[in-house]
Amino acid sequence: MKSLVFQATTRAVTPLLLAFSLFMLLRGHNEPGGGFIGGLLAVAAFALYALAFDARRARALLGVSPQTLTATGLLLATGSGGAAWLAGQPFMAGLWLSAALPAELKLGTVLLFDVGVYLVVLGAAALVLLTLREG
Amino acid sequence: MLLALPIVIPLVTAGLCLLVGRRVRVQRALGVLGAGGLLVAAVTLFARVWREGVLVLYVGGWRAPFGITLVADVFAALLVLAAALMHLAVSVYSLADLDGRRQRYGYFAFLNVMLTGVCGAFLTGDLFNLYVWFEVMLIGSFVLLVLGGQRAQMEAGIKYVTLSLLSSALFLAGVGVIYGIAHTLNMAHLSQRLAVAATSHPGLVTAASLLLLLAFGIKAAVFPLHFWLPDSYHAPPPAVTAIFAALLTKTGVYAIVRVFSLVLPPSDYLFGLLAVIAGLTMLIGVLGAVAQSQFRRILNVHIISQIGYMVMGVALLGSPDAQTRQLAIAAAIFYIVHNMLVKSNLVLLSGTVRALAGTEQLSRLGGLLNRAPVVAVLFLLSALSLAGLPPSSGFWAKLGVIQAGFRAQAYLLTFTALFVGLLTLVSMLKIWSAVFWKPAPEPCSSDDALPAAAGTPPARRRALLLVPSVVLLVLSIGIGLYPPPMLATARRASRELLDRAAYVAAVGIHAEQVEEGPFRAEVHP
Amino acid sequence: MFVILALLVGALYAAAFCLLLARTTTRLLFGLLLLGHAANLLIFSAAGLVRASPAIVPSGAERPPPGHADPIPQALILTAIVISFAVLAFAAVLVQRAHQASGTNDTEELRTTET
Repeated sequence: MKSLVFQATTRAVTPLLLAFSLFMLLRGHNEPGGGFIGGLLAVAAFALYALAFDARRARALLGVSPQTLTATGLLLATGSGGAAWLAGQPFMAGLWLSAALPAELKLGTVLLFDVGVYLVVLGAAALVLLTLREG
Repeated sequence: MLLALPIVIPLVTAGLCLLVGRRVRVQRALGVLGAGGLLVAAVTLFARVWREGVLVLYVGGWRAPFGITLVADVFAALLVLAAALMHLAVSVYSLADLDGRRQRYGYFAFLNVMLTGVCGAFLTGDLFNLYVWFEVMLIGSFVLLVLGGQRAQMEAGIKYVTLSLLSSALFLAGVGVIYGIAHTLNMAHLSQRLAVAATSHPGLVTAASLLLLLAFGIKAAVFPLHFWLPDSYHAPPPAVTAIFAALLTKTGVYAIVRVFSLVLPPSDYLFGLLAVIAGLTMLIGVLGAVAQSQFRRILNVHIISQIGYMVMGVALLGSPDAQTRQLAIAAAIFYIVHNMLVKSNLVLLSGTVRALAGTEQLSRLGGLLNRAPVVAVLFLLSALSLAGLPPSSGFWAKLGVIQAGFRAQAYLLTFTALFVGLLTLVSMLKIWSAVFWKPAPEPCSSDDALPAAAGTPPARRRALLLVPSVVLLVLSIGIGLYPPPMLATARRASRELLDRAAYVAAVGIHAEQVEEGPFRAEVHP
Repeated sequence: MFVILALLVGALYAAAFCLLLARTTTRLLFGLLLLGHAANLLIFSAAGLVRASPAIVPSGAERPPPGHADPIPQALILTAIVISFAVLAFAAVLVQRAHQASGTNDTEELRTTET
């Protein structure tokens, strides 16, 4: 699709969507949001970009291959569950950083898990979108 | 801790395989290493369960029935062990059987995703979690099925994906209805609450049971839900068919055994239905094989008929005699393990024949007894094991099922089982004579030419193809010649399965949680 | 409300099976989509319909306020949506690739492998 208006809008909207997706990811533990929702918003940004431009540029936007993204997310999520092991807690138990942080942000393995989910969703959906767009 | 390893190891292996990208050598090494690691974890888990009894892990520290619980009893640990063994055998075989392109595009990653789902399904103690693991397994199997992108694979893929998703949707609906009845999803907790609900809401419980039976029936490929299997299993390479034959339908059978022995209240209606299904599955499967003329397809249709024997074991749970019930489930468990070893080995051997002769068409095969005597002997012994002749694991598996059938006085079903055993033998001999015995037909034109495996030299390739088969056959014959350990394992697994109270206590569900009753006041506004 | 939801679930299932039985693969895809929705709505209504507050624990409290809705069905549905999203994305690619490989989306013509 070659539409100047669409392309210009996409250029403006994509960063906003990505920022919003990160916001959703970070607020997810105690309020609506989380890794999956955040990941989907990022996918929406990516899909918009892939539609406005072409698959090659969308791939360039991603930087790394979708497979790498998915794999990193998968390992991160599994690793965050495994971290509880090292602390002698049951698998997947949440560990929290005890140091008080200035913002209302709690750091812990649950956040790592959410980041993992975010990456898996983004990677897998990007892979599907690119396959459809390039096919 | 140990309990989560069979899920974590394949998942991490899958992640690493994806991460290394297109480096085939690294992926191959990771695939075999991961499978080996899984086997070690499975053996350790089994030994621990055998020593200490049912193991329970509250994931995330949330106690049952609130969180997700992983439970390993002897049955679950045994199947994880068998799955890990098959995984290693097929991973090694794949090194020689699969072309480099498939390996590059994530074969080992998705094989491990599938194993994650299978092990998760065996180990979970939560009905909804079982659904989730089924889906993980399905996604892995979807990709394995279509990896390579040939037209036949796409067609098979569409059928398989549609039927699998239909099955998932039915499972989900069943879970929804069960949650509506019992307001819990923990299997042990459900076991108690559904027993109460069965008297107050028998219709709803039966409806939910039927939804689950339909869903698992599609996965296990029982009659009349079996038709997708022969049409989709022959499309991918033999290594993929072998792991499918070993794990996918068996996971469906596992779910049937688990749900009917633990979760659902006993019902004569359902056990009667299962008996009819078992008999027809055996019969239709073996008759369907007669019509086939291609090596691997015949074996695939036999998968269906073999499932019938396992379901027969579950159907005999309807017997009023406790000892018969125990014998029946023990026989079904023995049969599942035996079938995983032998059936997949036959598929692997058919792949080896394909690699040697360049075709799977019976009419164009022949004379392999002279060309490849080792393969011929391996096939003959495995085939006799499948048909249930001594000395092999198949003999004891069939003997157990038939003994239980006679004790339950299910004569028609038992005679069907015996008759189907005979037909299986005939069908195996048909393959034997066509592939190995009869003289080779004129020049083997190979129009379905084989892609060579990623640059493996022939001698090494042959070894990689044959070693897994030899190991599996030795195991099968070993069980046949000295059955006591396996019989003891099956008996203990069956004793544990039928003792619902002990399972419930092991998971940590206490009696007072039942007394509040399955129905809560605010349900209907 | 129960009756309306029951009818809706029924209508969704009917539409889903109607589409699943159609001859084109794209309709098959939409059928699977609706099937997932039907199952989700079934879970939602089977678990009980209540007018209640969301099960959110206020800060400082130990448990949610009395009269909250059961959060489990929502969690189940969310999980099921996530899964069906992934699986349907795969199915979409598969349908497209099958169309490329065979040049047809007619399920009757996609049967060359059957015997």
